[in-house]
Amino acid sequence: MPVRLTGYGLLVVVPASLLLMPLTAGCTGSSRSGAATPGSGTDSRHLTVRATDAACTVTPDSAPSGSLRFTVTNASSSVTEFLLLDQDQLRIVGKVEDLGPGLARDLVVTAAPGAYFSVCKPGLAGVGIRAPFSVSDSGTSLAPAASNADLVNAATTSYAAYVERQTDQLMAGTAEFMAAYLAGRDDQARALYPKARTHWERIETLERFADLDARMDLPEAELAHGELWTGWHRLEKDLWPARARGYQRLSKTDRRLYAEDLAEATEQLQTRARTTRYTTAQIANATKELMEEAATAKVTGRAEYWSRTDLWDLQANLDGARAGYEALRPLVRRQDPNLAAAIDTKMAALQKLLDRQRKGDGFASYDSVSEDGLRQLSDAVNGLSEPLSQLTAASREG
Amino acid sequence: MRRRLAPAGQPPPTTADSAALLKPDRESGGTARAVSRRGLLGAGVGAASLGAAFAGGMGLGRSNTTSGTEAPPVPLQYPFYGEHQAGISTPAQDRLHFAAFDVTTSSKAELGALLKNWTSAAARLTQGLPAGVVGPTSGDYDAPPDDTGEAIGLPPAGLTLTFGFGPSLFEADRFGLESRRPASLQQLPHFPGDLLDPRRSGGDLCVQACSDDPQIAMHAVRNLARIGFGTVSLRWTQFGFGRTSSTASGQVTPRNLFGLKDGTANIKSDEPTYLNDHVWVKRTPDPAKAWLVGGSYLVARRINMNIETWDRQSLREQERVTGRSKAEGAPMSGGTEFSEPDFNLTGRSGEPLIADDSHVRLAHPDQNSGIRMLRRGYNFVDGNDPLGRLDAGLFFITFVTDPVTHFIPMQARLSQHDGLHKYLQHTASAVFAVPPGVAEGEFVGQALFA
Repeated sequence: MPVRLTGYGLLVVVPASLLLMPLTAGCTGSSRSGAATPGSGTDSRHLTVRATDAACTVTPDSAPSGSLRFTVTNASSSVTEFLLLDQDQLRIVGKVEDLGPGLARDLVVTAAPGAYFSVCKPGLAGVGIRAPFSVSDSGTSLAPAASNADLVNAATTSYAAYVERQTDQLMAGTAEFMAAYLAGRDDQARALYPKARTHWERIETLERFADLDARMDLPEAELAHGELWTGWHRLEKDLWPARARGYQRLSKTDRRLYAEDLAEATEQLQTRARTTRYTTAQIANATKELMEEAATAKVTGRAEYWSRTDLWDLQANLDGARAGYEALRPLVRRQDPNLAAAIDTKMAALQKLLDRQRKGDGFASYDSVSEDGLRQLSDAVNGLSEPLSQLTAASREG
Repeated sequence: MRRRLAPAGQPPPTTADSAALLKPDRESGGTARAVSRRGLLGAGVGAASLGAAFAGGMGLGRSNTTSGTEAPPVPLQYPFYGEHQAGISTPAQDRLHFAAFDVTTSSKAELGALLKNWTSAAARLTQGLPAGVVGPTSGDYDAPPDDTGEAIGLPPAGLTLTFGFGPSLFEADRFGLESRRPASLQQLPHFPGDLLDPRRSGGDLCVQACSDDPQIAMHAVRNLARIGFGTVSLRWTQFGFGRTSSTASGQVTPRNLFGLKDGTANIKSDEPTYLNDHVWVKRTPDPAKAWLVGGSYLVARRINMNIETWDRQSLREQERVTGRSKAEGAPMSGGTEFSEPDFNLTGRSGEPLIADDSHVRLAHPDQNSGIRMLRRGYNFVDGNDPLGRLDAGLFFITFVTDPVTHFIPMQARLSQHDGLHKYLQHTASAVFAVPPGVAEGEFVGQALFA
């Protein structure tokens, strides 16, 4: 379940306190109609921005330091954006981008005391309409203002290397599996199947691979009418036809055909992984999506319908989520230490539960897990997913 | 394994196609028009205004008033007899109790007799009368009452009862109706992602009971089922709340369980041209199929929402896959709820503000050869699954002139490309032919069973 990343720019926003903004703690959030009128009440950290064709009115034009919320309304006739710049007008502290006329959206930033500039760009053109904005010292302690560039760089480098390593191992594992499958050594192929797939299940949610996902990992129920079914699960059904009624095993020729297609797709994946880097937002999204995958397809036993090897996948999803999170962790710890602590705890809890299902060098069949056991796994996945849903907001590049 | 998604940047297909949550968008710009309320409710409703409808609701202790209307509490009721069955273009009531039946008799005469009895009971129930002529507390002291009684003292709250015939009724060796079966009356094909429960799908007959009072809707279904014992057997039922579409221009667009405004661009009851083009079954030269002219097709889909997953998505993602703002329901290209989406308007990155895989783009009539649907869906929550997730979603109902042109293509497209689809799971499906309305003295389906 990839999230398309359109419009993640270079955001330099420190996440809002979760207490202040329980649900909208993103960089931007849509306006709520009937939201408290800013400036008029007790909340001096809630400001309004009215962006017209000719003006960019921020009310009031100053605020105490801390977590600030700007409700930006586009009252102009074209698409606009709003930016908060630092004193030198070089660094973007936060921005609302691509706001259609008539729409409103929130920008949440954590601002240290100092001088800033507000900017509206009607029509997204030119340098925009600029005005000074000041933040006074409220005494609220803020996250360190140090640049996150080094942490961002370390995160993207280590994660790209991780993905590359997984595709290499997937390639090797797939080759080994294919050799057994094509030679008709089905018992061996069945043993190799979940092992090889582990390397895919660790990175399956990366948007960059969405097209290959459909070719390599599509469950039968997702097929459109008359569409050819290819990929791992086609072979899975052929190796574990017990749940299929009146199933006709693939001929040797057909086996080769499907295997070759899968090998070719895997090769493409490997090539692509070698030249791709991922933004922290992409890593964060892929990470949380792995747990959503686990929740919707693995804990439910839907992913490996024929082989019942869902727990192998669940472990692989968790491995991948851990890798993504570990890459981002220094960044998250700097910006939201409480969130990092929550993820650490919940990740360990899920791992502990999964460890109980280990069998041999892998995992028990999905069907052998008790209803209670599944419920516990599901609860642990949900427990981890909840803090992970804040990961994107808490690992913005800075 | 992931749910299929269109690759980034892939332009949506331009061929006609299909349907689900948010539905085709309205052609005309501008805000909701003021309409004659008499027009809304149809002739025969008399002075019952929408305001009165809400006031009536208040009288029942619910809090769905939208304005401080001071209209006196006139009980809301709709005529049963008419050119079309009620419950289609009727302003959507708040609650639904839907029931599908299997016919257990093999006697065509017996089935005809049931339809006659159902018709007369429905005519009474919709007017606030007991199901039977004797009533819930009268009659032979040694016999059970001919009405079950839980509606005593309650007004009909806009009750409508709408009957339909499933494809299975027309199969060979059943009632000799093979030649009367319209070509479009077929079970729907498999769509990507379908996980249909046969025990909640299909059916020979259906009854859609809608009312602002759930007890009234349930009372109607219960009494009709009772009348049907021995002739039909209840196959599945579905309760729904919080209408998810508005079918009258005066109705505020409601929200579905994703928290999204749903049905902004629905066909409204005061849009006769749209109704004629997209809802009612058109005249046919084939006399064997003429029985359905002026009727419609009802397509029902039980669409589970992965609400726990949805709730963990950023507002950015929620608005992106919808293509509308969550607050106002305005298209991401700007304006207000009823503004026409501008699919070409792009942002800083050159990507359209209304994403290629957004629901609004894929479901819009402009992208579907001008196809529109009248939707009449409801939210549902049927407890929770064994993993502790709410078994919740949208019970989607649409009335279309022909499912082959007005439902299947769009659904095929949405199930493959819609960004919302990955948060959805279709778990039941049914199609029924809904015959036209009846005049006093006639019964529903008379042309087939008389």
